[in-house]
Amino acid sequence: MVTPTRTRAWDVAATVLDPELPVVTIEDLGILRDVAEDDQGRVHVQITPTYSGCPAMETIRVDLVDALLGAGYQHVAVEFVLSPAWTTDWLTDEARAKLEAYGVAPPATHVADGPVAVPLSVRCPQCGSLDTRESSRFGSTACKSLWVCQACREPFDHFKSL
Amino acid sequence: MITPPDSSPPPLRSSGEQSRGAPDPAADRQAKQLFDYTLALADDALVSAQRMGWWISRAPQLEEDLALANIGLDQLGQARTLLAYAGQVEGAGRGEDDLAYLRDERDFRNVHLVERDQSDFGVAMARLLLFSAWQAELYGALRTSTDTTLAGVAGKAVKEVAYHLDHARQWVLRLGDGTEESHERMQAALDAEWRYLLELFDNDWLDGDLVEAGVAIDPARLCDAVLARIEPVVTEATLVVPEVAPAIGGGRRGLHTEQMGYLLAEMQHLTRSHPGATW
Repeated sequence: MVTPTRTRAWDVAATVLDPELPVVTIEDLGILRDVAEDDQGRVHVQITPTYSGCPAMETIRVDLVDALLGAGYQHVAVEFVLSPAWTTDWLTDEARAKLEAYGVAPPATHVADGPVAVPLSVRCPQCGSLDTRESSRFGSTACKSLWVCQACREPFDHFKSL
Repeated sequence: MITPPDSSPPPLRSSGEQSRGAPDPAADRQAKQLFDYTLALADDALVSAQRMGWWISRAPQLEEDLALANIGLDQLGQARTLLAYAGQVEGAGRGEDDLAYLRDERDFRNVHLVERDQSDFGVAMARLLLFSAWQAELYGALRTSTDTTLAGVAGKAVKEVAYHLDHARQWVLRLGDGTEESHERMQAALDAEWRYLLELFDNDWLDGDLVEAGVAIDPARLCDAVLARIEPVVTEATLVVPEVAPAIGGGRRGLHTEQMGYLLAEMQHLTRSHPGATW
């Protein structure tokens, strides 16, 4: 993963929140890939979808344009890039902590290019118990699965490894 | 859509070939091949997504509604990128929506496997097993395509398809190795879908140059690997690998089953009735 230069435009773009998980920014999630600005006040942003069909991309694009125009930039172009393919390995430690505090169990880290990791147990973000079970591999959005904690009986979302 | 060759903008290629203003029959031919290939992959994903969407609100349980909707959404995402790219390659000004909503049946290039009715849950899961096993191998191989756009789509999709395949596998195991009734119905579903499996490996429609150039994958060479993914699941589910005569096929050439027309009517109705409508 390339570490981008932190310009002012990057900092503005990095304030945009994920519309489905409004506690983490698109930077935390690794969705924000590149922000280039020139001396004319024009900004070119590259973002990558978590899943091919992720419906949040359009909202993120609009939010990016709003944020950057609001910060005084004259022209904003947002480009969707597919390669390299997004992976949950790009989630920052901060993002993992924020997700857990929000009630979403963060993804397991796994070896790149290996088979999709199926964790033996996911820790309940509510009570911390490991006595949990998956109720559905596919949850309220493409990037999450549904789990139930056997200890506190609460259902919760788990951010799937990809 | 007919555009005089002289006035069409140069086709966009990602493989680094230079395009010039003057007509270049070889480059036009190459762009047409790439357009056809991209469209075939796009249409498989698009039509499959449309059939998946039918299950929303009809699946046996709420979790399954979500699962099938999400699988369809992944496929739709793949289709959108591929259709947009096909439009770019064609260079006639058609975008993803034009290609999805304004083509007639004869211009669709998807295989018959994905287009037929799948309102039986066993059929839907048998089909998802076959189709996602195919897509897993196809996208896996396409990751190293010399066409960077196709390689990019494949690199993303291959990870999504792993989840689809696993989902289908779990249901086939559960239903195949379930009750007498579910076993029988799962076997019948598998027999019915198996007839359409071979069409995926047909390569008659595909131009050899594209394979030679490392852009496309010869579908025939994926056959063994796809079967190696499917057959162990079938056996583990206490089912029998079907021995059935393959269906005639023809989807890659625009020849479709009767059910394709109904699918398109539903999918395209809104756009065609209200051209340019937005919300």
